[in-house]
Parts: sequence; structure tokens; C-alpha cells
Amino acid sequence: MEIFVDALPALSSAWGQILQPMVLGYLVLGVCMGLTIGVFPGLGGIAGLSLLLPFMFGMDPVLGLALMIGMIAVVPTSDTFASVLMGIPGSSASQATVLDGFPMAKKGRAARALSAAFASSLFGGLVGAAFLTIFILVARPVVLLFKSPELLMVSIFGLSMVGILAGRIAIKGIVAAGLGLLVGTIGEGPFNGELRMSSYDYPYLTDGLKLVIVGLGIFAIPEIVALLRKDKAISDRQVIGGGWFDGIKDWWANKWLSMRCSLIGVVVGVIPGLGGSVVDWIAYGHTIQTSKDKENFGKGDVRGVIGPESSNNAKEGGGLVPTLLFGIPGSGSMAVFIGALALLGNGIDVGPSLLENNLDFTYSIVWLLALANVVGTVLCIALSGGIARLTNIRFALLAPFIFMIIAFAAFQSGQNLMDLVALFAIGFLGILMRRFDWSRPAFLIGFVLSTPVENYSNNANQIAGIRFRQGWDAGMDYLFSWITIALIVLTVVSVIVGLRQAKNIMAEGDVPSGGKRAPLVFLLAVIGFIGFALWNTSSIPDYAATDRVFPVFVASVSLAGALILLVQMMLKPETHTLFADGERSADAADNSFGLWPTLAWFAFLLGLTALAGFIIALAVFLVSFFRVRAGINWATTLILSGAGLAFIMAMAWVLNRDFPPGVLQSYFDLPWPFT
Amino acid sequence: MKVTSLTRRAAMGVVAAAALAVPASADVDMSGKTIEWTIPFSETGGSAKWANFFAPLLSEALPGNPTVVVKFMPGAGSTKGANWFQEQEGGDGTVMFGSSGSTQFPYLLGDPRVRYEYNDWEPVMASGTGGVAYLNAEAGAKFDGSANNLKDMTFIYGNQGATRLDLIPALAWEMLGMNVEHVLGIKGRGDGRKMFESGEATIDYQTSSGYLKGSAQLVEAGKAVPMMTWGSLNADGDIVRDPTFPDIPTFKEVCDATDGCETSGAQWNAWKAFFVAGFPSQKIAFLPKGTDPKIVETFSNAFAAIAARPDFAEISAKRLGKYPMYTGAGAAAALQVAITVDDDAKSYVTGWLKDEFGVELK
Repeated sequence: MEIFVDALPALSSAWGQILQPMVLGYLVLGVCMGLTIGVFPGLGGIAGLSLLLPFMFGMDPVLGLALMIGMIAVVPTSDTFASVLMGIPGSSASQATVLDGFPMAKKGRAARALSAAFASSLFGGLVGAAFLTIFILVARPVVLLFKSPELLMVSIFGLSMVGILAGRIAIKGIVAAGLGLLVGTIGEGPFNGELRMSSYDYPYLTDGLKLVIVGLGIFAIPEIVALLRKDKAISDRQVIGGGWFDGIKDWWANKWLSMRCSLIGVVVGVIPGLGGSVVDWIAYGHTIQTSKDKENFGKGDVRGVIGPESSNNAKEGGGLVPTLLFGIPGSGSMAVFIGALALLGNGIDVGPSLLENNLDFTYSIVWLLALANVVGTVLCIALSGGIARLTNIRFALLAPFIFMIIAFAAFQSGQNLMDLVALFAIGFLGILMRRFDWSRPAFLIGFVLSTPVENYSNNANQIAGIRFRQGWDAGMDYLFSWITIALIVLTVVSVIVGLRQAKNIMAEGDVPSGGKRAPLVFLLAVIGFIGFALWNTSSIPDYAATDRVFPVFVASVSLAGALILLVQMMLKPETHTLFADGERSADAADNSFGLWPTLAWFAFLLGLTALAGFIIALAVFLVSFFRVRAGINWATTLILSGAGLAFIMAMAWVLNRDFPPGVLQSYFDLPWPFT
Repeated sequence: MKVTSLTRRAAMGVVAAAALAVPASADVDMSGKTIEWTIPFSETGGSAKWANFFAPLLSEALPGNPTVVVKFMPGAGSTKGANWFQEQEGGDGTVMFGSSGSTQFPYLLGDPRVRYEYNDWEPVMASGTGGVAYLNAEAGAKFDGSANNLKDMTFIYGNQGATRLDLIPALAWEMLGMNVEHVLGIKGRGDGRKMFESGEATIDYQTSSGYLKGSAQLVEAGKAVPMMTWGSLNADGDIVRDPTFPDIPTFKEVCDATDGCETSGAQWNAWKAFFVAGFPSQKIAFLPKGTDPKIVETFSNAFAAIAARPDFAEISAKRLGKYPMYTGAGAAAALQVAITVDDDAKSYVTGWLKDEFGVELK
């Protein structure tokens, strides 16, 4: 307990260091940079921190910390803008926010959703910091309790959230999650490097698909295309003024929910290896399970915003524990953060010694994080009323810029033209899943958890095997600790409760049925892919069996599920919910444009990029889109296109990024930005 | 920030225009340029740390103080980035690459994915590191400088991959006759250490910086006992004690003391060959093939100037450990050491990988 005696002086010393005008100035600077970067989907903390790295060498530690933490802390706050206003998950932290935030924006309540989200973020950040102040002293042994079996069970618990997000037909949700898991296994196997569903002839796939691309493709592109076809504004009515105050009231009315979700955030964030990528889903699932009236979830229930947003800022605080105490970064931005710490002053090394030698420093980090949350939230709430008006603009004027930004963001993940192709392909899958009412959240959860579930199950399996050879007790002790057993119980309860409630939660809205052919064709295509995955991965030879087991298992289960669906489809009438088809809805009658012409615009940008490189293609795309599709006059077209180009180039320059090159660039050496 | 970027941008335009006009023989001035130093690993690894340490120093040491940016291109255990670098040609000094032991091993083992050729590249700096293996307290109590008492125990080790740098500890333990079970597919040595700490793994190894940063703490707390270092090479090419850890015996000493372990013969030669390739010149900074010799020389000199900084010993010992750094001809020699393994050693290791791990390098 003597460690607690040291804590108080260290805490006051930390506050003494933080509350200096210079430190606060740097913090605000960092927050402003973080907000600017966080607004853009796909450009999270890694891009921002990499920008700061060159300045960190020999910098005063507290000042450098203030700058960096200001930036990291607010990325999960400001990415809410994209999630709520455009249905684009800004980062893995705000995927679940899309489910209720975006429908709210469509109903003209964007400002309210945003301010509820920011109030929750702020609260979550503060709860996280308060919890950590105590917890960090005892965190080490707690974290060490989480071995492979426990980590596996946490991952599976995250996966069980699929239950509640499965939609009206549970098996469809399970197959969707299976699809996500399978897509997550594409590329080199993690153990023996055997290729799965890819080939060295197409090197792009060997590294697997990146979360940014799958997230943008599965959520953002279908929404953008759907909105574009309507040719109206995002909000179907005038924005209700003064909504931001209602949002804060909403948060206050749900403060206990917010508190619970904050604690979920910080606790799951503490567990190393998951990177907090499931926190928002667990919080969302929890929100639904503990709410009495559920019918509005997925259609714009503010609690669906408050839950995940309370958890995702708290998670950043929790994520500090494995980073600082073990030197294991919980996320990409934490990895860069560790690198940057080593450059500060005389070099600060994270790891076991940090807590004992530099407790005040650790506290400075924790509370700078909380303070940055406060500053960031205030700024965001101040901005939200104005930014929410974006939802009143005719969407055809916004869409080209959104295409521009997500294409740029997608390209940042692999610096490869194939990034754009993959985005387009996943986007197409997303469009079809949306149309036929297959759960896109289930797919994404599967994708995100594919790697941890495979890794931990394999590690647990290997180690348990060794333990069992030493003796039955040694093996059982290893596999079934009280944590594992508790998690198993929790998972089973969550699945049962979830599946029972799933019928009420329609993430895609109430999709009508009618016509057997289209849903059947899609199902057959899904079966085709699963069959291919099964055939492809079961051909992995025996010596690399560890790379084979997981995809074969997932593919078998998914295939069984998909075949059951097929049989049901043959037996049921075409009015059954099984044949949900978005194109049959009354909503679809409003569409002024067809799916294919709208998609063709995106394909046009893609094709032209492959030929002439991104910047030239973008210029042509912007001008022709504004002229032809949006039908505005030449002057406005040129002003808007010029502004878009200038913006993206400024962005790339500041972040020191390149643009995708095309065929043209392989023949001619062009100066930046045309390279 | 914006201001610096804009000036950087403007200056770069001017220099780019000037570079076309200036003849190659002129003195190299890098002012206004941005050097992109590509690291074929993620932001987490030791190579990232290494490059981030040198980048600001390099910027200071090069004529004209260009901006040095570290870029990361992870994939296929660094093969992706190295294949990319092979395609880079000419170069005005704005493209740089950093390789590591994990880039060297697949090259040495003839991995079919390797499409790069070290001999094409221009090395400008090489630096080494060491490694320490350690046991848990239970096994540590039985350890007497030889592995004789450890042979009836079963150890669990979190292994990053059979063909990675973990080949060195795996082969060493095998030679000592220890029964080590490998849990393959660990994401990094930091994760390996956490497995050790939580008791899932019972034996571990870290490179020097990883050991100093985290494992030394475990030793102090009595949870770990250092077993051996891989050692360090002296001028004659013999393995001697690692200057960073003078109190810990080398694998060679432990092997000598252990029954049935030979410090000669095919097995030992294979281990030593791969150790020499993997550790004493582990991380090398390259310019692409066909770079103007003047520029290569400028970079070499800049790295030499860094090594000559009065505070270099102090700041580098803290971040990288006390290991030699080579520039100029020294770097070229270090490169040859790193990429030369005789055929016997290669075929021994290839055969052992197949028997022990079922790995076939087709």
C-alpha cells in the first residue's frame, strides 16, 4: 500500500507541471491540430503524430507531451463529425456512433446528436482519467491476469455483440459476421505465412485488407451512394435550431448510462492487444441491452450515440496502461507515441520502470489527456451548430468532396492504387448488404476481430496443448481461470439476450420484402465466396496447419448458415422478411438516379486515377461532376473544384503525403503533386 | 507548423529547379530537400526507434540541413519494403532505406519472395545490437552457467516466426539440449515479454534495448534470471562478452560448459554465421543503387559526424546500447559481413527449419 502514499505528492507535482501557461498553450495547439486532422476519416492519430515527430527531439518533456497528448486525445472526439453528419466512420473508435448518429442527422437533429456525443466524450474522458489515477497503481498485476485464454474470451465477447446487431434474421447476421471474419483472414497467415485467398502475383492482397478501407467501404460508400441517388440534402427537413443544448440535456438524462459506458471503455482499453477496436460495439450492445424501449435504436435514438461516445474517449485513457506499463502499444497512434517519448528531453522509456521512477510524469500524461478532452469538447460543441448546417446543403454539392477525402484517406493506408480498387469493391459489397438487409455492423465486427480471435485462439491452443502434456490440472488451470469462466457466462447471456432483442433493432431501417430473384442471387454469390474461401484455405498443407484451422472453421460454419438460408428461401413465400430488398421500399421510389449511373461516377474517378494519377483525375472528376450531375454553372463549378483541389493539396503537403500515381506517371516524371 | 511547411515547399521548388541545372560534380548541398527514410516495419519496432533516433541528428549533420522524415512501409516481414526499395533508382539523396536482421535472413535463406539484392545498394551507415536470453525464477535457480540442469524441464517460448531473428535463440537452446516449445505467431518481442511476465512463457529473449528497457526490471525484482547474451565480435571475429552486459556470460561460454554442446562443427558454424549476419551489423542505412558517389560520400560523412558528436556516446548508449556504428568503408564491410553466410551454414539451417518447424523455403 505504500505505493498509494507516493501517489498524492506525485499527483500534485503533476498538476504543478501541467498548470503552466506554456504547457496549456502547447496543449491547445495540439488540440487544434488534432481536431483538424481528426475531422478527416482515415487520418487518425498516426498521421498527426508523425507530423510532430521531427520536432520532438530534445524538446522539453512536458511541453512535448502536451502537444502530442492534445493531438491524440481529441481525434476520437472530432471524428464524430464525419460519423454523425455523413455516416462515415472516422476511425475505428466511432463506428458504432454511425448507427444512431447518422439517422439523427437525416432527421435534422445533427446538432443535437453532435453535442450529446461531445458531452459524452468529455465525460468519458474525465471518468477515464479519474479511474486511471487510482487504477494505474495496481494495474500491473491485473493486466498480467489476462493471458491468451482470457484475451480470446474478451475477443469472443466482443464478437457476441453480433447477436444484438444481427438484424431480423439471426442466421443472416451470423453469416455476415462470418463473411467479415473470412475477409479478415485474407493474406499471409499469421503463423506460417501461407497465403489465404491471395497470391504473390497480386501482392496487394498478401498483406490483407486494412480497417480504414473496410470501414469506409462498408459504411460510407453505401450511404453516399444512397444519398446521391435521392439528390437532396442529408437532412430530410430543416435543421432544428439550438439543438446543441438539447443534446447536452439528453446526455444529462442518460448520465448513468454514460458512466457505465465510460467504465466499459476504460476497462476494455486497458486490456492489451485488442486496441480498443471493439469498445464502441460493446458499449453500443450494452446500451441496447439495458434500455427498456428499444424500437428506436438504429433509427436515431440518442442513447445509441451517448453509449459509444462515452466509451471511446475513456478508452484512450485505458489504452495508456499497456502502453506505459508494458511498452505494448494498444494502437497505432500509441506506437508512434512511444517512439516520440524516446525523443523527448533525455529520452523517456516506457515500460515497467516508468511507474516507479516517474509517477508524476505518468500522472501528467493521464491528466493532460483529461484536460485535452475538455478543451477539445468545448471547441467541438462551439463548432457543432455551424457544422451541422452541412446537412442542409444539397448533397450533390458535398458528395464530390467526400469522394475526394475518402479516396485520399483510403490511399494513405497502403500507398497503393489498389487501395482505391479495394475501397470500391468493399463499397459495392456494402451497397448490396444494405440493400438486402444484411447486417453491416456484424460484418465489420467480424472483420475487426478476425485477427485477435485467430491469434489468441492459436496461442491458447498451443500453450494449452503443452500444459495438458504436463498434466490435466495444469492444462485446466491455464484454460479456465475465474476470468475466463466469467467471460464465458457473460458471452452466453449476451448472445441469448441479444438474439432475442435483435428483431427490434433494424440498423438498415424497415426494409420491405418482395421478389425472390435479387436476394437469392446475392445469397448465391455469398455462398460462392464462402465456398471459395473454404476450398482455398483447406488446401493449405499440413505443416502449416495453424494457418488453416481458423479460416476453415469459420468458412464451414458460415457455409452451413448460408445453406440453411438457401433452404429457407426455397420454402418461404416472397413476402417473408428473408427477401428484404431496399429497392422495393417506398423510399426507393424517391430516387432520382439509378444505382449504376451513380456508381459509375466513382468508377470514373477510379479509372481516371489509374490512367492519369489522382490529382489530374480529381480535377476532371470535380469539374464534370459539378457540371453534369449537379448541373451548376461554370463559375461555381470552377470555384468549387479549385477550392477542393487546393484543399487536398494543402492537406497532403502539410502531412507530407503523396497521391496515387497512374499509368501516365510511369512514362513521365512529373513534379509534385502530379507524381 | 504551417509556416515551416510552406517555406519548405517553396524552397523545395527552387531547389528542384536548381538541381536540374547544377552539374553533378558541384559540392552537395541538401538545403530545402526532404529526405524520406523508409523503414520496412511498423511504427512499433526497434527499427522505427533506430531511425527516429538518427533522423533529427542526420538533418543537423547534412550540409544544408534538409528535413529528414521517417516513413513506414510494413509488410511481409520487411520483404515488401525491401522489394520496393530495389525498384528505386538513381536518387539525389532524397530516398533512403533502413534494413534489419529480418530483412537479411529471408535474403540469406533464399526466400522466394525476395526480389532485392543487397549488393546493388549503397550502404552509408551500419550499427549493431546484441541480445539477452533469460529464464524464469524457477529455472534460474537451477542454472549454474551451464544448461545441464535445465535439460529435463519443458520451456515455453513466444516466437515471432521460425525464419525471423528468433532463429538465433531457438537454435541456441536446441544446441544446449533444452526442451523449448515454441508458440509461433507472436507479434513482437514486447508481447513475448508480457507472456513471460504473466507466466504463459517461461523463457524469453530480448534485443539489448528491449532488455534494458523492460526485462532488467524483472531481473531486479527476482522474476527473471539472465542466462546468456549472444556476445559481441572482437577484431579477430571471435565472440567475446557483450560490452553492454559484461557480467552476463555469452552463449559460447554456456555452450562450452554444457555437456553435448560443441563450439565447433557444422552446427556451431551455422549458428555463428547467422548470429554474425543478424546482430553485429543488424541495422543498415542505404541509398538506392546508382546514387551519385558524391552524395553517398556526403551521407557517410554526415553519419561519421554524428558518431563524432561529443554527446553521442551518452545519448546513443541510452537508446541503442553500447554498440559500434560503422560509416564509409566500415559500413560496406559490415554489409558484407551481414549478407555472407557460407553454403554449409545455409543448408544446415534450411534443413533444421524443415525438421523442427516444417518450414519449406520453396
